[in-house]
Amino acid sequence: MNEPVRPRPLTRAPLSARSDRTFQGLILALASVIVLVFVLSVYQLGRESWPALREFGLSFYTERTWNPVSGQFGAAQMLIGTLVTSLAALVLSVPLAVASALFVAEYAPKWLANPVGYLIELLAAVPSVVYGLWALFVIAPILGRWQQGFFADPANVALYTRCQDLWNSGQTTLQCFFVPSAFDGRGLALAIIILTVMILPYTASVARDVIRLVPADQREAMYALGATKWEVISRAILPYARAGILGGVILALGRALGETLAVAMVIGDSQEIIKSLWGGASTMASVIANQFGDAQERLHRSSVVALGLGLFFLSVAVNFLARVVIARLTPKGIQ
Amino acid sequence: MSTPLLSAQNVSIYYGDKQAVRDVNLTVQRGTVNALIGPSGCGKTTFLRAINRMHDLTPGARVTGRIVLDGEDVYGPGVDPVTMRRRVGMVFQKPNPFPTMSVFDNVVSGLKLAGVRDRARLMDVAERSLRGAALWDEVKDRLKTPATGLSGGQQQRLCIARALAVEPELLLMDEPTSALDPASTARIEDLMTGLKQVTTILIVTHNMHQAARVSDTTSFFLNGDLVEHGATDQVFTSPRDERTEAYVTGRFG
Repeated sequence: MNEPVRPRPLTRAPLSARSDRTFQGLILALASVIVLVFVLSVYQLGRESWPALREFGLSFYTERTWNPVSGQFGAAQMLIGTLVTSLAALVLSVPLAVASALFVAEYAPKWLANPVGYLIELLAAVPSVVYGLWALFVIAPILGRWQQGFFADPANVALYTRCQDLWNSGQTTLQCFFVPSAFDGRGLALAIIILTVMILPYTASVARDVIRLVPADQREAMYALGATKWEVISRAILPYARAGILGGVILALGRALGETLAVAMVIGDSQEIIKSLWGGASTMASVIANQFGDAQERLHRSSVVALGLGLFFLSVAVNFLARVVIARLTPKGIQ
Repeated sequence: MSTPLLSAQNVSIYYGDKQAVRDVNLTVQRGTVNALIGPSGCGKTTFLRAINRMHDLTPGARVTGRIVLDGEDVYGPGVDPVTMRRRVGMVFQKPNPFPTMSVFDNVVSGLKLAGVRDRARLMDVAERSLRGAALWDEVKDRLKTPATGLSGGQQQRLCIARALAVEPELLLMDEPTSALDPASTARIEDLMTGLKQVTTILIVTHNMHQAARVSDTTSFFLNGDLVEHGATDQVFTSPRDERTEAYVTGRFG
């Protein structure tokens, strides 16, 4: 005799329904932690920087004087320092990064491509402080020797004297901007150099991955039209990959804006107006690193935190902008 | 008949140690449509890609024998594959317009590679090529819009126009309709008959009915061998080889 086949009940078994709910609750809780940390950070930054913002208002971010002795705090100089170092490092590192990505993805034979790619990624694993030490002990002396060589020429000394008069009156010209104002190699230029190396792996590894992901039929279509390898790269591969590469650039920019220790070690910690590429400067992050420990006075401490708040919003703004740009550049509607 | 446009002589193709195409001899006359048919993995696409030296791009791939295009051995010494490819157009399985370029820029991309900069000439060629691909009426008001805004069938006809723009002596089509719906497929099949006026077509197809509908000659490949090559009518109605008969009557493949 055949047992009739009983249909499965339409309601789910109570046990699985309960474990589903439990899991859902767990995931929700874990996800909320991230949001909570974000909200708390903003809240805490806002609360701690409130005294400074109440004292100076939003002109805290547009005022150029930063003088802990007289209790005057304005972040404009650090804001400029942050943008100048980051953007200059970006301009220097992006061509290098894209070139290395193209080498690894398109030119190098496999036995060479993988080790080189790995080494480039390894650059990202080197601690900041090691970069800082390397810059101080290896790069700075090289720059310092060049600077001393510069002053060996009497004509350059005369130029320096002229520029120094300008600098002392708080001004500079394009020519004077490139005249060294120091002899030890430390300063804005060294910070830019070290940032360039530090952010290189971010753009390079993202660029390499997106270049590898360009479909074979895009390359073949260009080859079949009678293109050389370089024409395939410049007309088919790079345009197709540009949104992804830009994603890597933005990642690098975020890294450069926030990079603290290495920059703090080499930039010369000057809160004056940037007058020379070779002179001292400071970024928002470097001032936080260099001054937070010494900031005993309440307004000073609060101003340092307000720098952090500004840096936070700067990063958020950059990321938001990046998303908009990337969305516009991404190829759409490929069949 | 006059000298053939294309003649393959003892062509063998290897991927590393594996031989994918064995000793193929084949001629293609000017102004004809020629179909390469056979089951998956039979070597028909591999053979097609040997003609414009696409295997040069695959590490480990090797072509032996002679492929003579209009009297010149494409693998001959001193032949530059880049300039040689300008004489041969290619249309791929999936529509692959350049997604960051406009419709217009896609069509003239081959001309720009050849160094043509004159706006009027580019416009002229773009219109002629798009008309040739039966796409002009649909895109003439949106030449500056992204190519990816077109439908799949339109994109494939755009790719045909892109290939036609450089006035190729030979047009290679690698299963050009396999990713398209029946209506788009029919439009492209209609197109091919007209294209015989301006070029010669070599088409790889999975679809035997398509081969029967559009081609003048048919070549049947099996396991890397060219089993049979002849007029399409003959291959489909009175095949000389029993393997061809088994395939065209649908007994395998």
